[in-house]
Amino acid sequence: MAEPAFVRRLLIGIALAFMALFLVIPLVSVFAEALKLGFGYYFQTLRDPLTLSAVKLTLLAAGISVPLNCVFGVTAAWAIAKFDFRGKNILLTLIDLPFSISPVISGLIYVLIFGAQGWFGPWLQDHNIKIIFAVPGIILATIFVTFPFVARELIPLMQAQGRNEEEAARVLGASGWQTFWRVTIPNIKWGLLYGVILCNARAMGEFGAVSVVSGHIQGQTNTIPLHVQILYESNNSTGAFAVASLLTFLALVTLVLKTWVEHKNTALRGTAFTPVPIANKAT
Amino acid sequence: MPTRQTGAKKIRVLPGFRLTLGFTLFYLGLIVLIPLMAVFIKTSTLSWAQFSQTVFSPQALAAYRLSFGASFFAALINAVFGLIVAWVLVRYSFFGKKFVDALVDLPFALPTAVAGITLATLYAPNGWIGNLLVPFGIKVSYTQLGVFVALTFIGLPFIVRTVQPVLEDFDPELEDAAASLGASRWQIFWRVIFPTLTPALLTGFALAFARALGEYGSVVFISSNIPMKTQIVPLLIMSELDGFQYAKATALAVVMLVVSFLLLLAVNVLQWWSNRYNTNNLA
Repeated sequence: MAEPAFVRRLLIGIALAFMALFLVIPLVSVFAEALKLGFGYYFQTLRDPLTLSAVKLTLLAAGISVPLNCVFGVTAAWAIAKFDFRGKNILLTLIDLPFSISPVISGLIYVLIFGAQGWFGPWLQDHNIKIIFAVPGIILATIFVTFPFVARELIPLMQAQGRNEEEAARVLGASGWQTFWRVTIPNIKWGLLYGVILCNARAMGEFGAVSVVSGHIQGQTNTIPLHVQILYESNNSTGAFAVASLLTFLALVTLVLKTWVEHKNTALRGTAFTPVPIANKAT
Repeated sequence: MPTRQTGAKKIRVLPGFRLTLGFTLFYLGLIVLIPLMAVFIKTSTLSWAQFSQTVFSPQALAAYRLSFGASFFAALINAVFGLIVAWVLVRYSFFGKKFVDALVDLPFALPTAVAGITLATLYAPNGWIGNLLVPFGIKVSYTQLGVFVALTFIGLPFIVRTVQPVLEDFDPELEDAAASLGASRWQIFWRVIFPTLTPALLTGFALAFARALGEYGSVVFISSNIPMKTQIVPLLIMSELDGFQYAKATALAVVMLVVSFLLLLAVNVLQWWSNRYNTNNLA
């Protein structure tokens, strides 16, 4: 027994209208606004040296934070999934913290430590090292906000996969590294890829946290999102949308890759949003 | 059990426990825990009078009201429409369903700065949507309504993605049993299906609410940050930081962190409850 046809059509209509209003129209408008002054202006903005330096800084921040958090994610997932120890749930909650903290606070904490009035402020000034309002601060803030992404994908996945295969490998004489590379990695490769995709999307798009630690110095400490803000606030809204369209392309590619990986391993669907599940007792 | 007990020493079959747990705790402490401690340590240097002056100032109270109010209603709207979207995606087929399913994640993949300038432009008096509302006297950009719209946008995926798995796993036999016992379609939905969705709905609501509370990038452009009127808490913190009022910013950050922790706790409890609920359903 199913709903009458008109109810079905009504619900589909409401759902599509909601999606159109909140998602499709904004998406289309990014490109419409970006091309308002024609393709010439669009490419001119993208080729501008300030835009290119923003792209370089964004790629650098992502290029450092994603691999680091990847290593962390695999390590943490191995520790949590393959062993029993007390305090696992606390550890899981702590790992998930950056996901639930406002981006502004994520930047603020590093200012408190490395800023001029911070813990290390005077020491850094004496040694002429700049972290806040310079590139290292941006990288640190990016690492913080993307911290849990790979871990939170791998932990439930590795917990669900259990320890049997690794133990069998050990019994058959494999060393720790062999077990890891030849048994574990092939099993988690889709989860790993999924986590990397999400981690990268967040790393390249982070705005709030980076805004706090960056000096907003054009050509030096601006990432792509910050550059979008500067263009928008200096009344160059078409230029802002042109640069924003780069990020929108990135978002669309992320969505495509995400859907493809979910198709390859359906257990990953929906894991981007829910917190890491509480560890089960002795799997 | 994958360990042998010989006397007091546990022997683990799989290697790498100390290495992986050690690195996990080290990296977690360095990047997340110690910086977060800085917020609380800095705030502890304030006297109670200074702390409460900042945290209970009229400007702060207005910001809390807007942040909590707009986030709550945005999450509520997303709960209603998110449920409809999830239902429609799981139960019906229509042209473009896969595309719609992938698009639901757009607010998650799209950088907040892009969402921010796009929504601000769309809902401005001369924007595509804003100018349709002008004849009705409704202003969205630069008002509290604009804040609400932005927070609805970024919370959109949460409820859909928490409800979808529950709907997908729902046992059709329960529906058939109810129908054979004479229930109308609405009764089946309201009394058989909806109760199983309640934990997922609440979890999604809490996640969307928590995300909206801390949101910065999507809101900063559309709100114009007018103190006492359209200033949400993250924007207030940012204003204090721009004025180098680190103590005030940190005090407000403490409030936000406490709320975030409580929400995280609530979500964990909800997840634990919904897991219990599901295993109870295994007839």
